[in-house]
Amino acid sequence: MALSGLFLVFFLAQHFVINITSVIAPDTFNEWSHFMGYNGLVQFILQPVLIAGVIVHFAMGIALELKNNKARAIKYKQYNGNANSSWMSRNMIITGLVVLAFLGLHMYDFWVHEMAYKYIEVNPESPTRYYEETVLKFEPFWRTIIYVISFVLLSLHLWHGFASSFQTVGVNNKYSAGIQTFTKIYSIAIPLGFIFIALYHHFNPITH
Amino acid sequence: MKLNLKIWRQKDAKSKGEIVDYPIKGIEGDMSFLEMLDVLNEELINKGEEPVQFDHDCREGICGACSLQINGEPHGPDRLVTTCQLHMRKFNDGDTIVIEPFRATAFPVINDLIVDRTSFDRIQQAGGYISVNTSGNTVDANAIPINKHDADEAMDAATCIGCGACVAACKNASAMLFTSAKVSQFALLPQGQVEAVDRVQNMVRQMDLEGFGNCTNTGACEVECPKGISLENIARMNREYLSATTKG
Ligand code: HEM
Ligand code: SF4
Ligand code: FES
Repeated sequence: MALSGLFLVFFLAQHFVINITSVIAPDTFNEWSHFMGYNGLVQFILQPVLIAGVIVHFAMGIALELKNNKARAIKYKQYNGNANSSWMSRNMIITGLVVLAFLGLHMYDFWVHEMAYKYIEVNPESPTRYYEETVLKFEPFWRTIIYVISFVLLSLHLWHGFASSFQTVGVNNKYSAGIQTFTKIYSIAIPLGFIFIALYHHFNPITH
Repeated sequence: MKLNLKIWRQKDAKSKGEIVDYPIKGIEGDMSFLEMLDVLNEELINKGEEPVQFDHDCREGICGACSLQINGEPHGPDRLVTTCQLHMRKFNDGDTIVIEPFRATAFPVINDLIVDRTSFDRIQQAGGYISVNTSGNTVDANAIPINKHDADEAMDAATCIGCGACVAACKNASAMLFTSAKVSQFALLPQGQVEAVDRVQNMVRQMDLEGFGNCTNTGACEVECPKGISLENIARMNREYLSATTKG
């Protein structure tokens, strides 16, 4: 759980760095996207590892939730969770499942399209298509708003999850206060950055 | 003060059980929570009704017997106290107080507010000890010098009274705080090293067998623990477990 979570946290930061170029430097965005899409190492090693990481993470998360539910078969009439723990920490399964649903849409939007473009339709390489394709995706209001809401829930997920994974792997020492602070900065800044990108493209459509 | 108590009543392990209302008067702020229940039971006995069953022994916060879920929190709203040390002055005149047994699959209800916590004993028996020669040539524990910091941390871990509040508070009914305190008190000392690998593996295995949940680091246990056992113990147990696994 912790290792797959930390891996996803690392991936998310990398994903953000690439995406932000779509706002500040469209040519760089095209260049990097093309590299990611046609580099053998990325396509055939890193991509499967990432997909496996996501599957391991949510499969373990669901199994964990089921097991923990069984550990209290008879529930309390009154349970004052807010007195001793954060909402984020108690609802990882809810925020996680929303993020999973979002990933379904996200994979459909970009990944399924890419796979079809490259391996089914077998189109020729086109190193400059990515920027326009991406911006077009954010034209519909409904998709933009789903992206925004999903990132708010991802933020809540990471608010607990990031620091929590250090405790799970046994790190609780003089650096823990720093890890807590970094978790708070990361879990707000990165999702907020993704939200900014989505809104930016929604409000700045390509006009020909 | 006048209170409206809502208490879980259950005749025996097999019956269904329900919340019953008990209005009560004449409660003083200086009474402990258990003394308040004594007053109620006095009344019930005088009326010829069955008194409310609850666990208690020392009534001074050292035995870990008392165990009530009070308004949704183990040992009630106060911090670093057991139910027997909780004063009624923490409540206001006219309050409704919901009193339930600790809930966990591994803590089945015996009757009313009493739960069976022998699962903790079995975790302890699985490895919470050191083997020493007691056949007349016992070595004085103080013969081995121990640095002050480690000794203090081991002592802190050893103050766990096995009350089960950590399990009761946890949304997963996990026993990680208890088990990690029991592992830590030995892991921090040289005397505990001989059996370290088996200890952590056996105690964690027993904890899982008993049906406790898995830790998701919500931190509820640490907040509710009457002895202030720290989450650092859980991280330490995770390290011990990891290193025991790699050592086989
Ligand atoms: C980009 C996506 C995601 C990232 C970066 C992420 C990150 C994390 C991290 C760092 C943890 C803490 C691990 C620990 O303390 O041991 C965690 C826990 C968890 N995640 Fe995720 N996660 C993501 C998606 C998901 C999804 C799709 C689910 C689907 C069910 C999910 C469900 C859970 C659950 C149930 C937990 C553990 C419960 C807990 O520690 O309270 N996560 N996640
Ligand atoms: S760790 Fe604290 S709450 Fe848990 S059994 Fe020990 S004393 Fe009670
Ligand atoms: S009765 Fe002993 S700790 Fe409360």
